[in-house]
Parts: sequence; C-alpha cells; structure tokens
Amino acid sequence: MTNTDWPLWEVFVRSRRGLSHTHAGSLHAPDAEFALRNARDLYTRRGEGVSIWVVPSSAITASSPDEKDPFFEPAADKPYRHPTFYEIPEGVKHL
Amino acid sequence: MTAPETAAVATTAALALGDDALVLSHRLGEWAGHAPVLEEEVALANIALDLLGQARVLLSTVGDEDELAYLREERAFRNLQLVEQPNGDFAHTIARQLYFSTYQHLLYAELAAADGPFAGLAAKAVKEVAYHRDHAEQWTLRLGDGTETGHERMQRACTALWRFTGEMFQRVDGLDVDPAGMETAWLESVRAVLHRATLTVPEGPRTGAWTAGAGRQGVHTESFGRMLAEMQHLHRSHPGASW
Repeated sequence: MTNTDWPLWEVFVRSRRGLSHTHAGSLHAPDAEFALRNARDLYTRRGEGVSIWVVPSSAITASSPDEKDPFFEPAADKPYRHPTFYEIPEGVKHL
Repeated sequence: MTAPETAAVATTAALALGDDALVLSHRLGEWAGHAPVLEEEVALANIALDLLGQARVLLSTVGDEDELAYLREERAFRNLQLVEQPNGDFAHTIARQLYFSTYQHLLYAELAAADGPFAGLAAKAVKEVAYHRDHAEQWTLRLGDGTETGHERMQRACTALWRFTGEMFQRVDGLDVDPAGMETAWLESVRAVLHRATLTVPEGPRTGAWTAGAGRQGVHTESFGRMLAEMQHLHRSHPGASW
C-alpha cells in the first residue's frame, strides 16, 4: 500500500477560531483536487477546520538543519528584540 | 389513510432507504485493509460511516436496529440490488458509487425539501451524500480519462452495473417523490459525467425482463447471501455480545 508514485502534499488547515492556516501533516494524492479531498478526510473529520490549503511538498524550500546555528543562534541573546518591556493596552486582540 | 396504514407505509420506506445505506456501508467497509492507497481507504471508510449513520437512524424508526441488521433473512432485506453488488475492482466500486450517490443525492434533496417524515434526516444526509457524489465523479473522470487500463476497466464497470440502475426509480410506498423526474435528472447527470470522462454511455436495458430489479421486493442476487453471512455471523454466534 506504500508503493505509490503519487506526489506528496503538505496540508494546512485553518481552524474555526484560528486566523491563519497551520500545518497539519502530509499525504499522497494524484493531483491538487484529490489532495484537498484527501485532506478533508484525513485532517478535518472531527470538525477541526473551516479552510484547507494543499501545497506540493516539492514546492517548499526548507532551511537546512546543518545551518541551524548560523541561522537561529544569533537571535537568542538579543532580548531587546522581544517586545516584553511594555504592557499590552487593553482591548488589543490577537497579539 | 388510517394511522396504522400510514405507519406501515413509513416503515416500508424507512426499510428501503435504511437497507440501501446499511448494505452499501458494509460493502465499502470490505475495502478496509485492501484499498489501493491509504488515503483512499480512509475516504471509502468515511463514506461507509456516513451511510452507517443514516442506516442507524432509519432502521431505528422501524424497530431494534441490531435485530433488523443482524437477524433478518435475505428475503426480508429491501435494498436495491445495485448496492449489494460485490466490490469487484476499484472501478466497479466507483461505478456503483457514481450510480447510487447520484440517485441518493437527488432523492434526499427532494425529501429534505418536502414536509414528510424523512425531512430531518434527509436535510442532514444530503450534505454527506453531496460529497459521496463528488468523490465518485472525480474518480470516474480520472479513471475514464486517464490511462488505457483505467479507461478500459471503468468502461467495463459502468456497463456491467448499468442494468441495476432502473430499479432505483420504482415507486416506493411512503416516499413522496417524483421517480420519473428523478430518473430524468439522474440520466442527465450520469451521462454528462461519463461524457466528460470520455466513457461511452451503456446502451443496454435498465428495466425489463432480463434486467435486475426486485431488491425492493426482497429478491436479491447471488453474492448477497454470502455478504449477509459475513455481516451477521458474529451477532448470531454470540447473541448480545458487547465490547
């Protein structure tokens, strides 16, 4: 059953309360239309979502684990970049 | 009509619709562990569960759902002969889905719009069935208009099951729908899908002496007995067993 030459797709689901699509997982499908339908069956059966995106996995460029340190390490010791020094005004949502 | 007569008519209709859903659900469930790919296996199981849910609601209006599903003899089932046909290859399963889901979608849309005893169930189920229909149409297009093998198998399946499609438009007591109008809409829709899939619309008869069509009267085809034996044997061997 794993012997399929169908391409791999990444699935992004926007939940009922969410504002953005979140990565849910991946699946195999022959084309985009079927990837959407398979995603509906695999990832939204219990009412998790109101919108689905599917993206061919091959279209995604990912950062390399080998470059992890040069990429992300320098950000860790610069606390002034984090907006933690002021209070959030009342009434501001989604922050 | 007196009250008992009305109730008997509603029972006839609920059994017909409930048995269609139950039997097709079981057939689709037989794909579990055998589907060509995991994603499709989940899709078929999902459709099977939708149908099982419909069957439970419908059979519960008639009596005890377990007794009806597990303890009735073959001749007491009122499902269409179409839904009891074996899964065959994947193309046969899809052709069966295309023919039945198109019919069920038209039927439930009418029942949902009418003010009858099935309006509530139909209003909920019609959304499920719209998806089943879409699933079958998408696969018919891809198999028919895909590879040579896919085309050949899909054509064979559409032709083989064609003779079971006339039965869907017999009048059923208690169903306040227009079978002739539904049949016209069904033919139009199925023909359009087959044309788009580059398949030939079968020319054989859909009703008449040499075609199928007595499932609603309790007459079933050969493979149905074996299917029932498998579906019922656990309950019959261990009455009252529970998880």
